[in-house]
Amino acid sequence: MSAPSNGEAAPAIRARGVGKVFTLGGREVVALDGFNLDVAEGEFVCLLGPSGCGKSTFLNAVAGFSLPTAGELTALGRPVTAPGPDRAMVFQEYALFPWMTVERNIAFGLEMQGAPEARRREVVDRLLAKLGLADFRDRFPKDLSGGMRQRVAIARVLAIDPPMLLMDEPFGALDALTRRSLQDELLRLWAETRKTILFVTHGIEESIYLADRVVVMTYRPGTVKRIVPVSLPRPRDPASPEFNALKREVTTLVMEEQARHQADEARGTSD
Amino acid sequence: MGRAAALARSVVVPVVILLAWEGISRAGWVTPLILPSPTAVAVRWWAYLSPYAPFDPAAGSRLGWLLSGELPHDALTSLTRILVGFGIGGGLALPLGLLMGARPLVYELFNPVLQLLRPIPPIAYIPLAILWFGLGNPPAYFLISLGAFFPVLMNTIAGVRSVDAIYLRAARNLGAGEWTLFHRIMVPAAMPYILTGVRVGIGVAFIVVIVAEMIAVNAGLGYRILEAREYFWSDKVIAGMATIGLCGLGIDLFMARLNAWLLRWHRGAEG
Repeated sequence: MSAPSNGEAAPAIRARGVGKVFTLGGREVVALDGFNLDVAEGEFVCLLGPSGCGKSTFLNAVAGFSLPTAGELTALGRPVTAPGPDRAMVFQEYALFPWMTVERNIAFGLEMQGAPEARRREVVDRLLAKLGLADFRDRFPKDLSGGMRQRVAIARVLAIDPPMLLMDEPFGALDALTRRSLQDELLRLWAETRKTILFVTHGIEESIYLADRVVVMTYRPGTVKRIVPVSLPRPRDPASPEFNALKREVTTLVMEEQARHQADEARGTSD
Repeated sequence: MGRAAALARSVVVPVVILLAWEGISRAGWVTPLILPSPTAVAVRWWAYLSPYAPFDPAAGSRLGWLLSGELPHDALTSLTRILVGFGIGGGLALPLGLLMGARPLVYELFNPVLQLLRPIPPIAYIPLAILWFGLGNPPAYFLISLGAFFPVLMNTIAGVRSVDAIYLRAARNLGAGEWTLFHRIMVPAAMPYILTGVRVGIGVAFIVVIVAEMIAVNAGLGYRILEAREYFWSDKVIAGMATIGLCGLGIDLFMARLNAWLLRWHRGAEG
């Protein structure tokens, strides 16, 4: 890919006029339309919006699971054509392999890379310790709580040390306290590794707590409504006046789109 | 309380039935030819079970002697036929089912023929089995493998088709290729269904072996019942039936244990 004209390094994610049209029950749904976004290397960006705003669609496009039907999308300087371990995904449903122990789950990506046994063991040991999972090494996912499962899922992608993490509402199914502690762990890991993180959420507070920039999306077709930079120093205090001022601003933006989503639902044209 | 009470409850009805049966026989309400008494059956069963000759260390091991009676020989013969027949039928059904589940093209090619053949009970193949394979073990193997084939096949197809797409995405995302997806993700994810198919298939094989032994062989539990009928040995017929029941129960308990171990990762496996 050619570098941008200003001579800076290419962004980790670059979307220009990205569009995605689905066919749902014989009806065409424009999930994304003219979506533009640059995510810098090492940046933490949250995509925020109501259900149906296309935030997960965009994430899946970057992951290569479901390619855009229009526009230009590059990740790490290359056009996205297929899934790859350089853009590791953390799912809301964890997607741990239930027939593998915690250890085997974490080692899976390394195995795919053909890493030797000793190296796999070393990485697994380090991640188990780092994420407080040491006692769960030989357990199966069904024996773990939601928070523990998501820790394993995070360890599983960190094991292959990808430059970019794609996170699809990863903490959406967790209780509020577990969510907060995982948010803090994620920020700690991010501060250590400086990976690029694209994080999809419908939690307004979560997005402001985590992100460098919050991308508020419009409801159907999904475009960028506004990008809200969050310059508050970390660790952020959700009770502070500055945090709340931002929260108010972002809430107003999101609720406008939520109103459109609800109007759509009332007409019965949403899915 | 607990186990002892549960055990007591589970034997109440069988004991009452046996006592009533014994009473009816002893009262002379039916002739022993029509319905021999339980004690007569038990005596006959013991004779059927016992070795022909007293133990002779020169002739072989004690275990060999214990199993030298007619019943152990019949039971082992029948179980071997089940194993061989199931091995052939299940061995063919498993790869075909995996392919049909994973590849729509293979499914479309084979499904019409299989749906047509599936409702034909193995017993209907008896004339052809004798015509094609003559007498002895081969037609029995053929019939048993037919009986085992469809349960394994249908369950395997259903299992592969029900694999949650999120596991495939997660594996692809971590760098898995097609072959890895198949044998590390699809096969274990489909395993609960496959094992259900195996269990049902063995059950059908057990039914078919008895029928198959009534046509063209000279050993085995099915053959022995038929032989006993020729001589009007009702007590031996019932003793043979009881043996079939016990063998079936044993196989099913073994399979249940095996399932529980193989599916120890599975949410439903441990209640």
